[in-house]
Amino acid sequence: MRADLEIIQDWIEPGSRVLDLGCGSGELLQFLTEQKKVLGYGLEINPQDIQSCIDAGVNVIEQDLDQGLTNFNDNSFDVVVMTQALQAVHRPDLVLDEMLRVGREVIVTFPNFGHWRARFYLALKGEMPVSKFLPYTWYDTPNIHFCTFKDFEALCWQKQIHITERMVVDSRHRDRWLLQWWPNMLGEIAIYRVTR
Amino acid sequence: MPSSIPHDSVGIVTPQLLEFKEPLPLRSGRVLPEYQLMIETYGTLNADRSNAVLICHALSGHHHVAGYHSEEDKKPGWWDSAVGPGKVIDTNKFFVVGLNNLGGCHGSTGPQSINPETGKEYGPDFPVVTVRDWVNSQARLADRLGIQQWAAVVGGSLGGMQALRWSISYPERLRHCLVIASAPKLTAQNIAFNEVARQAISKDPEFFGGRYREHNTVPKRGLMLARMLGHITYLSDDSMREKFGRELRSGKLSFDFEADFQVESYLRYQGESFSESFDANTYLLMTKALDYFDPTVDFDGDLVAALSGAQCSYLLVSFTTDWRFSSARSREIVDALIAAGKRVAYAEVDAPQGHDAFLMPIPRYMEVFGGYMNRVASELEPGGNA
Repeated sequence: MRADLEIIQDWIEPGSRVLDLGCGSGELLQFLTEQKKVLGYGLEINPQDIQSCIDAGVNVIEQDLDQGLTNFNDNSFDVVVMTQALQAVHRPDLVLDEMLRVGREVIVTFPNFGHWRARFYLALKGEMPVSKFLPYTWYDTPNIHFCTFKDFEALCWQKQIHITERMVVDSRHRDRWLLQWWPNMLGEIAIYRVTR
Repeated sequence: MPSSIPHDSVGIVTPQLLEFKEPLPLRSGRVLPEYQLMIETYGTLNADRSNAVLICHALSGHHHVAGYHSEEDKKPGWWDSAVGPGKVIDTNKFFVVGLNNLGGCHGSTGPQSINPETGKEYGPDFPVVTVRDWVNSQARLADRLGIQQWAAVVGGSLGGMQALRWSISYPERLRHCLVIASAPKLTAQNIAFNEVARQAISKDPEFFGGRYREHNTVPKRGLMLARMLGHITYLSDDSMREKFGRELRSGKLSFDFEADFQVESYLRYQGESFSESFDANTYLLMTKALDYFDPTVDFDGDLVAALSGAQCSYLLVSFTTDWRFSSARSREIVDALIAAGKRVAYAEVDAPQGHDAFLMPIPRYMEVFGGYMNRVASELEPGGNA
């Protein structure tokens, strides 16, 4: 399992109701359903990913996150999760609001654009960073709203969103002491646990 | 006829007529004293009787779901694209049951049957049957076939309503419910289309209050109009444009009121051939069953409450250009299922064919449908949940 998913599953109580936004092939939900007996639903728009979910028996719903979550009631989920998709939606701030409305708790992960490699790439080459972890070029990338950890935390502060836990890992999802010392420079992926 | 029966066909099939002597109480308060159901089955029921799949038909469907009735048969059953060996509903794995619903005109008890109380044909006196009544009759059919629990109940459109009703009326008797291109209940617009169809039939001078057979006639014009209207609503603007455009039949305008455009002659042909093969009273009954369907009536209009007792898993599929049973209507069911905490998967298939798409082997549709049915089949294997 992807290491950020490994960390997330630790934060989810057995038997909870989970909504996974942009659930991909359903890996996290399948694991949570089998191991933690959660009642999980995933929203996805990619037909191949939807197919993988159906083949795996994951509750997948074809729904575009950019259309909002208005079809879900307030607090209808214990946890709303979004892994590596915040940077790909049109309005991350509005999606975050919606997640906090629908779920009692929110877990988000996203790539850190403030990582030293990205900084140096842009600073030295003068080009938008392309890496093994973020292999897209600027014109075809689905990642339209890159942010750094600092940016995200500023948004949370502004919206009075309470950060209950934060993990910073590198591209191999290792949590090393160096990362915690200067996360915005050294961390590649952030995993946040937030509530209102 | 096909020069030879395709290898992925169930082959030559023979319908069976089953007699039910126990009276069936109907939602209207009336009782059907006895009835017959015309059915077809494909595949083999396994030893623990866990691999049965029920196919519920839509407005004009029937028991002949797949295969051919003879070597001379020109067309296979109405859902042959989905049912057969190696197809999405794989008859190598499943025992598939199709039936003609009560009120139908393909062999089951309906307006053309003899009313045992009068010794004459029911005609317009055949009771108005509802989706719930059909599902009750299907449950008795399951009893007769020795099927305690369906592996899946599957239906599109009006058939999807029956599948949904199964999950509410008999929650312990199905493991999976596949609701395709359907709706939790009809909208006013949808009922309006049905009403125009019914008016076309009942205002035909040859309808005789539904007793046309006593007058040795058929309200063909009314049926034809009803079908023409229905047919338009089953297609999409795009699919009609693609199929006909503004193509003329004879290359030039006739400047009279005959059919100038290809679309006109197509609709006339569809309407006429339908009017020769379908019963007018059955058409009225089927459209009423559609209009009346509302699983929330016993639950104060609350769909979440209506579905809260369900125990099965669901697959819902809708099609982007279907405006008669739009994706939004399927989403209402999906949202209610999620709110009720039921297992559900939903796919919205991008397809230009409108409502008719649910009968077509559209690649993504077949992949979703087949992937789900594979899961259903995998539960039948040792160690599965069936």
